[in-house]
Amino acid sequence: MNTGDTAFMLIASALVMFMTPGLALFYGGLVRSKNVLSTIMQSFICLGIVSIIWVAYGYSLAFGPDIGGFIGNLDWAWLNGVGTRPGPYSSNIPNLLFCTFQLMFAVLTPALITGAFAERMKFSAFLIFTFLWSSLVYMPVCHWVWGGGWLEKMGALDFAGGTVIHINSAMAALAAVLIMGKRKGWGHEIFHPNNLPATILGGGILWFGWFGFNAGSALAAGGSACLAFLTTQVAAGAATLSWVFAEWIFQGKPTTLGAASGALSGLVAITPAAGFVSPVSAIIIGLVAGVLCYMAVLAKSRLGYDDALDAVGVHGIGGIWGALATGLFASVTMNPHGANGLFFGNPHQFVVQATGVGATMIYSFVVSAIILKAVDITVGLRVNIEEEVQGLDISQHSEVGYSL
Amino acid sequence: MKKIEAIIKPFKLDDVKDALDEIGIRGMTISEVKGYGRQKGHQEIYRGAEYVVDFIPKVKLEIIVEAEQAAQAVEKIRESAYTGKIGDGKIFVFPVEEVIRVRTGERGKEAI
Repeated sequence: MNTGDTAFMLIASALVMFMTPGLALFYGGLVRSKNVLSTIMQSFICLGIVSIIWVAYGYSLAFGPDIGGFIGNLDWAWLNGVGTRPGPYSSNIPNLLFCTFQLMFAVLTPALITGAFAERMKFSAFLIFTFLWSSLVYMPVCHWVWGGGWLEKMGALDFAGGTVIHINSAMAALAAVLIMGKRKGWGHEIFHPNNLPATILGGGILWFGWFGFNAGSALAAGGSACLAFLTTQVAAGAATLSWVFAEWIFQGKPTTLGAASGALSGLVAITPAAGFVSPVSAIIIGLVAGVLCYMAVLAKSRLGYDDALDAVGVHGIGGIWGALATGLFASVTMNPHGANGLFFGNPHQFVVQATGVGATMIYSFVVSAIILKAVDITVGLRVNIEEEVQGLDISQHSEVGYSL
Repeated sequence: MKKIEAIIKPFKLDDVKDALDEIGIRGMTISEVKGYGRQKGHQEIYRGAEYVVDFIPKVKLEIIVEAEQAAQAVEKIRESAYTGKIGDGKIFVFPVEEVIRVRTGERGKEAI
């Protein structure tokens, strides 16, 4: 047990928690004013649902004693035996603290999906979906990568959750977009963001919280956390610039939403690599992420998918790039507990990373699609057309965001 | 009595107000409006999605003047709202049947 590490991880956990309301603001500002509260609510309510699931059985499924590399068993249900002594994942902090830190990740991940189906999903259906998705998709994938599952045993590197959080949520987002269809008016009406300053502030909060997310994933207040902190900062900065300059070149104007989106794409991309790559590699990862995600967002409109707030374009493409880039740029001189990537003479690591990406994509997409279909058949995923036109704030919550 | 309604560029409002003040016009009602005419809309870009916004913000200004002052007021508005570029706006003049001041009940030009 180390009190310094414990103090650091308590703060890191609080920082990661703060990302969920940050995301709520980020997404909330991007929708039309009639849907601002319903969008914020979808993120915020995850703090409720997932916290309870996590204590009841979630932590046990994700991190409890392994069953066949696929999932944990229920020995730790209701946190049975999870106490103030260190657990198997870290000898320096209480198991309870590791559990708390991981809880915040589990809260954020389903909230990320909400960007895809914003402005059209029934609140009741959303709650059921989130409950099922956390249990059947998040917990297993989390176990594969961090809980002693098959990907971890294979040597896949995912420092802070590129596969578990970003690719995982983005594939659920893609399934949701395909199954739920477009918003009414897509393609001919203007979907004006109602409050871009809120979005920029939300992006800033996410960036701030990401230091807890990435540096905290070192699980100790040491050199690895410092490396992750700096790589996070420079990758986000680089991606901010590359997205803004890409849109300036291709569309004539540098936009604030482009800056915030670019920052987010860089943060997503550096997540799996944060503690394994050098700061210079982080800059390259960020620069590529900004341009790549910008291109993905442009392609979306041409392909005709209504991924309302670009959960797939940013978290999916950024996440895939980050996971693969970890297999290119990882270096044991930066982190002896990591591995060398392709550029440091180890092509095998790239293959392992690609396997992790592929497996997560397929599993998440398929199971998410089944859950969505099941919810659609039983309670219906979408609000009716009248409620959609009226806005989800009034139709789902009987509130309005702004009374000016 | 006449009502003059002018649609002008928002940044010209202060100039127009000062010009009307010079000729003794002491009251007006303004509203922020949106519209389009010969001036095309502008483009907005959100995450790469480009939208042409047809309706451009303008200010609508309404004043009531005595009939004989109307021509002068129109001329003042035209001079002060002028930039020479497309989108400077339009001025409409209507006859007014009656004006009543709510507080005193005065009618006609006394009430202006």
